[in-house]
Amino acid sequence: MEAPARLVDLPTGATGTVASLSADQGLRQRLEALGLRPGQAVQVLRRGWWSGPLHVRVGMTELMLRRRDAARVSLAA
Amino acid sequence: MPNTGKSTLFNRLTGHHAHIGNWPGLTVDLMQAELQLSGRNVQLVDLPGIYDLRGHSDDEAVVRRFLEQTPVDLVLVVLNASQLDRQLRLALQVQQLGLPAVVALNMADEAARFGVSINAESLGAALGQPVLPLSAKYRQGLETLQHTLLEQLEAGPMAAVPEQLEERLAAADADLEGAMAALVERSVTLPGRWRDSRSRRLDAVLLHPLLGLPLFFLAMALMFQGIYAIGVPVQEALGGLLDQFGQLVLKPLLAPLPALLQGFLLEGHYQGLGTVMAFLPVIALFFLAMGVVEDSGYLSRAAYLMDAFMERIGLDGRSFVLSLMGFGCNVPAILGTRVMRDRGLRLLSMLVIPFSLCSARLNVFLFMAAVFFPPRIGGLVIFGLYLMSCVAAMLTALLFRGRFPSNEPLVLELPPYRLPTAGQMLSRAWSEVKHFWLWSRRFIIFGVVAVWLLNNLPVGVEPASSASLAGQLGRFTQPLLAPIGINPKLAVALLFGFIAKEIVLGGLAVIYGQADPAALSRAIASDVSWPQAVSFMLFTLLYTPCLSTVAVIRSESKKLSFTLLSVAWSLLLAWLVSFVAFQTITRLS
Repeated sequence: MEAPARLVDLPTGATGTVASLSADQGLRQRLEALGLRPGQAVQVLRRGWWSGPLHVRVGMTELMLRRRDAARVSLAA
Repeated sequence: MPNTGKSTLFNRLTGHHAHIGNWPGLTVDLMQAELQLSGRNVQLVDLPGIYDLRGHSDDEAVVRRFLEQTPVDLVLVVLNASQLDRQLRLALQVQQLGLPAVVALNMADEAARFGVSINAESLGAALGQPVLPLSAKYRQGLETLQHTLLEQLEAGPMAAVPEQLEERLAAADADLEGAMAALVERSVTLPGRWRDSRSRRLDAVLLHPLLGLPLFFLAMALMFQGIYAIGVPVQEALGGLLDQFGQLVLKPLLAPLPALLQGFLLEGHYQGLGTVMAFLPVIALFFLAMGVVEDSGYLSRAAYLMDAFMERIGLDGRSFVLSLMGFGCNVPAILGTRVMRDRGLRLLSMLVIPFSLCSARLNVFLFMAAVFFPPRIGGLVIFGLYLMSCVAAMLTALLFRGRFPSNEPLVLELPPYRLPTAGQMLSRAWSEVKHFWLWSRRFIIFGVVAVWLLNNLPVGVEPASSASLAGQLGRFTQPLLAPIGINPKLAVALLFGFIAKEIVLGGLAVIYGQADPAALSRAIASDVSWPQAVSFMLFTLLYTPCLSTVAVIRSESKKLSFTLLSVAWSLLLAWLVSFVAFQTITRLS
């Protein structure tokens, strides 16, 4: 099975590795500051109702981010 | 770093009660306090919590500006001990700037619980800065910190500002990730798997896709119910006591004074202050409950739960949380929009927040509901007003989202659930209540004097008669306000309510010339019908909350046109809703 290409496609409960961030500078800095940077393992804990945000864990930090923004995080194959 | 308990540490060190929040980036004004270090006096400034000295948020710019402009003797970097894997960035950046620093690893108790172990000495040696694990909440390691601060201050060089701050940070940025990883590798042991099972289990229920939202609203409903169940009887008892004190102690004391002055002091001033003082228990309980919700970490979860809905009306989860905090007071909620970078989103949030039913408006509603409705219905009326407050906010967002479009990404930290300590919560509620009291006292004295003057000028007029300034003013507004059932007396109260809602009740007491709450209730009830009262409450709910809110909207939006739009829209909406309600009820009954 092919690995999901983006964080937003990662099934709930699954873990992937961040490959790159295709976001503007502001968002990239925020994501990196919260630990979401290339090489880090990220797990999707749950998805919000009504296409709500993702609840993810990266390192020792838990985050929520919108699906639109999670689509900007590419995962390593 | 945001959400590291920096404000708690600040309070613990200085004894100064700054606002403590479990909400990333809440501390927006720079708080400063004196710190005593065995005889040496130091000024400690609480800077906004930031992730990255090179970041683009307003807070990050504030810290950069501060460091460029203010020579500091020592920087105290506060990090969350369990999240060093990403937070060491800030300590490294401060090191690159050559600023003398001490690194506090706060929440060390939590880190230990999660299985994170830190070798502070080796970390300190690598950073060239003393590194101290501590827990501000449980007062662990604070003495060592003070001792170290003093040591570093005495050994440190003269205060200076770093030169070419941005260039130096940029030059070192490429190596930052590597340096951070090396530090973590060397001094921090992370647990093999996540050990915060408490947060995991709670989230499984509280963030449940179907149950999450109903549970949140149920919790809020119970919270408000509890506040009134405890607060209202206390408030009534306190009101009775204050009235007794006025009648039995103050009245005989003031007896030698001229009747006019006596009336002003007792019926105007004392009565106005007494009304507000009686509401303090409800307000204290409200802030206490909100503090618990906020510091427990549940408020951040509310942003997660509500984001999908808020996104569809042009806002985001943070706007929801800020509106919720607006139920306490609108002013800090509007200041809180500083965490938003997108201007459209920020302005739309600022337009929505003033519709949150704040504690000052609640004063008026609790009184009016008690006058016009039996207790059971009164509770429903208050609930209806809260509902109306939410509907008005949503309607406003829907109508104006086209004008203030936004495209801001939303990435928020969800902190672990924490048990707030009783002492922390009480000291916080106390400082909020003190603030409310000092704040409203100023307005009440001013407002009551103004209402009294309007009622008694021109000289020789019968107080509050139609010939007085107040009467003339009230009559002048009638073409506009008669269709919504607001009579001249109520109109004057609303006019003063524009300054602050705290004045409305005291103003009514002066206008109706009744000091005793029971007598005032009877006077109003005989002069005003219940449809008029409903209209009055709706108008009070929806029109401009207070001058301070207007002032803070002006200073935060930096646009007069936006401020005017906010005031005009709220007045228009208030008039329309009151008109529809008053006319409908009158026709039907």
